[in-house]
Amino acid sequence: MTDALLELQDVAITYATRGGEVEAIRRLSLRLEPDEALGLVGESGCGKSTVALSIVRYLGRTGRIARGRILFEGRDLATVGDAELRALRGRRIAMVYQDPMASLNPVMTVGRQLMEVPMIHDGAGADAARRRALAMLGEVKLSDPEAVMDRYPHQLSGGQQQRIVIAMALIAEPALLIMDEPTTGLDVTVEAAVLDLVRELRRRHRSAIVFISHNLGTVARVCDRIGVMYRGELVEDGPVRRIFSDPRHPYTRGLLDCLPTLGRDKRHAPLVPIPGHLESSSSRPSGCGFAARCVHVEPARCTVGPIPLAPIDGDAGHRAACVRAAELPVWSRRRAEAPAAGAAVASTALVATEHLGKLYRPRRGLFGRRRPGVRALSDVDLAAGRRQTLAIVGESGCGKSTLAKVLAGIEVASEGRVSLDGVEIGGLGIDARDRRLKRKLQMVFQNPDSTLNPSHTVGYAIGRALRRLRGGAPADAAAGVARLLEVVKLSPAMAGRRPRQLSGGEKQRVAIARALAGDPDVIVADEPVSALDVSVQAAIVNLLAELQAARGTTLIFISHDLAVVRYLADHVAVMYLGAVAEFGPVERVFAPPWHPYTEALLSAVPVPDPDAVGGRIVLEGAVPRATERPRGCPFATRCPRKVGAVCDDTPPPVQRLADGHRLVCHIPAAELQRLQRMIAGP
Amino acid sequence: MARFAAKHCAFLLLTLSVVSFLVFALNEFSPGAVARKELGAYATQEQVELLTRQLGLDRPLLVRYADYVGKVARGDLGYSARFKAPVTGVIWKHLRNTGLLAALAFACIVPFSMLLGIAAGMRESSRLDRAILIFSTVMASIPEFALGVFLASVFVVWLGWLPGTATLVAGGGWSVGAQLVLPVAVVVLFDSGYVISMIRASMVEVMQRPYIRTAVLKGLPFRAVILRHAVRNAMITPITVILLQINYLVAGVVVVETVFAYPGFGRMMLEAALFKDIALVEAGALVAVSLAVVTNILGDAAYMLLDPRIRA
Amino acid sequence: MPPTPATAEALAVPSPAAARRRARGWWRRLAAVGDSTPATVGVAVILFWLAMAALAPVVAPYAPNATDLAALAHTTPSKAHWLGTDHLGRDLLSRILWGARPVLVIAPLAVLGATALGCLLGLAAGYKGGWIDLVVTRACDIVLSFPVIILYMIILTHFGSSAWNIVGVLTLTKAPIIARIVRGLTLDLREREYVTAAKMRGESALYIMFVEILPNARGPLIVDMCLRTGYNIIIIGVLGFLGIGLPPPDPDWGGMVKDTYGMMMVWPHMALVPCAAISSLVVGFNLLAVGLREIGLRD
Repeated sequence: MTDALLELQDVAITYATRGGEVEAIRRLSLRLEPDEALGLVGESGCGKSTVALSIVRYLGRTGRIARGRILFEGRDLATVGDAELRALRGRRIAMVYQDPMASLNPVMTVGRQLMEVPMIHDGAGADAARRRALAMLGEVKLSDPEAVMDRYPHQLSGGQQQRIVIAMALIAEPALLIMDEPTTGLDVTVEAAVLDLVRELRRRHRSAIVFISHNLGTVARVCDRIGVMYRGELVEDGPVRRIFSDPRHPYTRGLLDCLPTLGRDKRHAPLVPIPGHLESSSSRPSGCGFAARCVHVEPARCTVGPIPLAPIDGDAGHRAACVRAAELPVWSRRRAEAPAAGAAVASTALVATEHLGKLYRPRRGLFGRRRPGVRALSDVDLAAGRRQTLAIVGESGCGKSTLAKVLAGIEVASEGRVSLDGVEIGGLGIDARDRRLKRKLQMVFQNPDSTLNPSHTVGYAIGRALRRLRGGAPADAAAGVARLLEVVKLSPAMAGRRPRQLSGGEKQRVAIARALAGDPDVIVADEPVSALDVSVQAAIVNLLAELQAARGTTLIFISHDLAVVRYLADHVAVMYLGAVAEFGPVERVFAPPWHPYTEALLSAVPVPDPDAVGGRIVLEGAVPRATERPRGCPFATRCPRKVGAVCDDTPPPVQRLADGHRLVCHIPAAELQRLQRMIAGP
Repeated sequence: MARFAAKHCAFLLLTLSVVSFLVFALNEFSPGAVARKELGAYATQEQVELLTRQLGLDRPLLVRYADYVGKVARGDLGYSARFKAPVTGVIWKHLRNTGLLAALAFACIVPFSMLLGIAAGMRESSRLDRAILIFSTVMASIPEFALGVFLASVFVVWLGWLPGTATLVAGGGWSVGAQLVLPVAVVVLFDSGYVISMIRASMVEVMQRPYIRTAVLKGLPFRAVILRHAVRNAMITPITVILLQINYLVAGVVVVETVFAYPGFGRMMLEAALFKDIALVEAGALVAVSLAVVTNILGDAAYMLLDPRIRA
Repeated sequence: MPPTPATAEALAVPSPAAARRRARGWWRRLAAVGDSTPATVGVAVILFWLAMAALAPVVAPYAPNATDLAALAHTTPSKAHWLGTDHLGRDLLSRILWGARPVLVIAPLAVLGATALGCLLGLAAGYKGGWIDLVVTRACDIVLSFPVIILYMIILTHFGSSAWNIVGVLTLTKAPIIARIVRGLTLDLREREYVTAAKMRGESALYIMFVEILPNARGPLIVDMCLRTGYNIIIIGVLGFLGIGLPPPDPDWGGMVKDTYGMMMVWPHMALVPCAAISSLVVGFNLLAVGLREIGLRD
């Protein structure tokens, strides 16, 4: 065996807290060969970022490497001197972070930030450093590097910022590149482009990579090997194909089972969430950390003594930390089944919009310059029937949240109509709606940390909603609260708790209970699961589907996650820059002919399957500002199938296809179908 | 930039007119009283009414205010009853003295508080940080007069190194320079306490930012991380506060001036107010407010200079 | 029966960490003060002065205005007068104890007034926006840009100085600062999803401002109230020192310094004693504020 580039031997990392030392990493060993890309995956709190930061020994004042060795090129990073460590950082080991905007100094031009690296490590002069920075900017495919050098970070888009951070990491040609959730928070098309870039640069620079992500899909796109982490331990690692085809740890299997994919929908393969939730590492039992949530647990064997990461017989390089790894039943990926055409029965529309438009007129201050208005929505025609789920997908800035606000009455439509059960509500702000209307439509929000008022108990939040929306004596309220908590599968005893005592999933359940207080006909859910860990996400998605089936509620589900949408929706609207690009039943929208934007979105989704062909289409450029809407097709500036000037000048026609499927594009649907079949195959 | 200037000039004018009107109205709310003040307690009611008419004080408040604004615009600030001299000259003389004190103090406060604030905030909860935090908290807690008394009892009463008054007239064997030491020291210590804690808080926040981590993990030495990446960001929030100290130093040092019998602007205002020298109070208030608004503008401009994100 | 997928998460045993968090109520918070040395010292100093003020009639050896002409020969600390007497032969210890009373009533009262007014203005400006915001912020800017000490001089010499007038000017001049803080917090808090949820069930603006927003702004407000009380005590002292504070002859710390600092070369203790008293009280409040901030950070 050759010398490893990086080797962690039996490492434990602790943080000092008020309650004493807390083990963030319990016992972890792994090795990374030169030129290899290792993915570390796990849910929040599993310690994956701590691993990354321990490699560069950046654990803050409270963290320390309590045990073990971190060998990099043969030197123990846990004990090297400060000067030596500084020489390694940025030179031999570089890092790319989540949230590129925050990772760049806001008051320094990106050029100077880039030039710093060769200047400190190689003693390069300003001119030489500048030349290297420019070359690197070209490599990360930023157009006009000269101009970019003089920009400040806030003048660049999120994708551009992340390219700068990557350039800054690679400029010193490091042997090891650590990427900590580098694409989290980026739009899916931008993410696809960044991942492509990483793959390409990796080939060219021959850096080894530790790639940390909560998303199995992104890891599958970049890495050769995967390590799955749970509660500060590596529970399984192995070649990426083996992990995805034959996972041997129940937690890995759980992660794969609870993941919605583009081929699954609620009628065929229900998501299987992992029971329970991630416990804090301070209260770790002996034995397997996952035992409490494991469906295969055998208490006598699983909860006694440490369980090492053991090689799996006949499977080179694949290890799992499970005493039952060899005896677990055979696992198979739930593949797409043939879509049942017409499963979504068309019914009369309960909610419908017609030519809905929303223009934000800028407020003019006393001395303000007149700014152009922002058109957040234009000519939106949608309909959702009873008991159905209408999903609205699109990237940030596409108008999906504005649409939710107009439906909810937080904003008022500036053009067109919105009808709810036959009543026109587009012009009715929430204060203008009477109690009956308010009851009919309620909302579930995105952020579990801000959806509940931290000062109020769960019981108060739900009880208040009951009182306001139902009326009724306070005596019923307690019973009503208990009943609603049971509906969302929480214990009635939760009523006395405050939000900070709840997990993210529990908070989201309470928020759903609160929305259900008035027994609404329609629930508008604005990204309700996007801030949750995958295992929790699956449980909430299932709950929404169950509630809908039981109560006949119409769900307007706003999301950027196409896999979740595919799973949950009956109808889908794909939005771009405030306009609907494609609308129709979910099976139609997810099959050719696609609108070129839908096609790009679908091909950008990171699929947790190394064999899947992904990333055929990578969109260049960024979404235009809402103030600079193109005259013709809004997508024309980035469209890979643009046909010519007509796209820039003339608004595209609406093509009506079977089953109410609509496409807004200059290219005839038949032609799109032909083009896309040629590439995608039947 | 033009927009910035227009906006601030408008605010300056608005503030000046509101404040001057309020002060004017407050002082001249009861017209009879003005004449009574002028004439003294032994004048007859007729004399008071006559003077009131002569001075035009029986006219409506707004008319008199307009009249006053007209005079001020022509540079006529009136006559000081307390100092028996034109207001302009009185203000100018005291303002100059205060300017000296303020300039000396400001020149000490800025480097002193930046040094301590940054040193404390760069390693939160370190021993140095705790020490500086407690020092600045205690300094900001001692009223200026108490600080004056404490310092004077040590350096004047006990050691006899410095004079207890600063009349700016070289006498009693003390140079003007020696006279200035204690007043400046009191102002610097009291004011730095506050400014240090502002800078420290900002520095602590900046040090937790991801871009500082980026800088450290680039392999920069700690010194370079602080000087190149942290300091400028850490000064963005406190810069306005620092410039606002000019305002305090000029108009707010009444107490120190009183303790050390320093012939400055603040003490002049106090005497004018106690003596009910209306013309001087009104003019002084105008000066103080103009100064306040100007420092506000300076603060905003400095803020824009430091932070490229809000440059228009 | 195995738990169905959706119930599984709910049925999970609550973690001990969650249980610990639950147990931490108000008492725990109060106990947390003990974790912070500055906060502990601050609370001790404040409690000491509160006790002295409350018990002044009992513990003070003399009446605050009683003159002891015999003591004038030896004003320095003695057995009869532990801290000595002032230039009129009044017992300094008694005057200090009695002098704590007006300060500890006026300063907190003015803080409460300023906080109430500031919250009202800040909430309205931040939540409603539009012209209310414009008027409130501009008005606050104007009051704040004025050097307050000059404002006090003008107002108090004009209306005369009394406890109520001092409470009044302190309330009016400190409210804009609180309003600014509350407005900033409100601008942030009003974008929270729970505020939208409240709107969705048709809550009134008043309910949203006072029940949904204000309780979540209490952390920074409590710290600020501490700081503000300290500053108010300084100002009360300064006003007394400048001769526009509480009217004599009742003891007022600032006034005591004013009367005696001219005699420092001879009797420094007459000015030093009240200076030490006022400084220690303000240090107490400011240390508590520092400590509270520390505790808040760790929570």
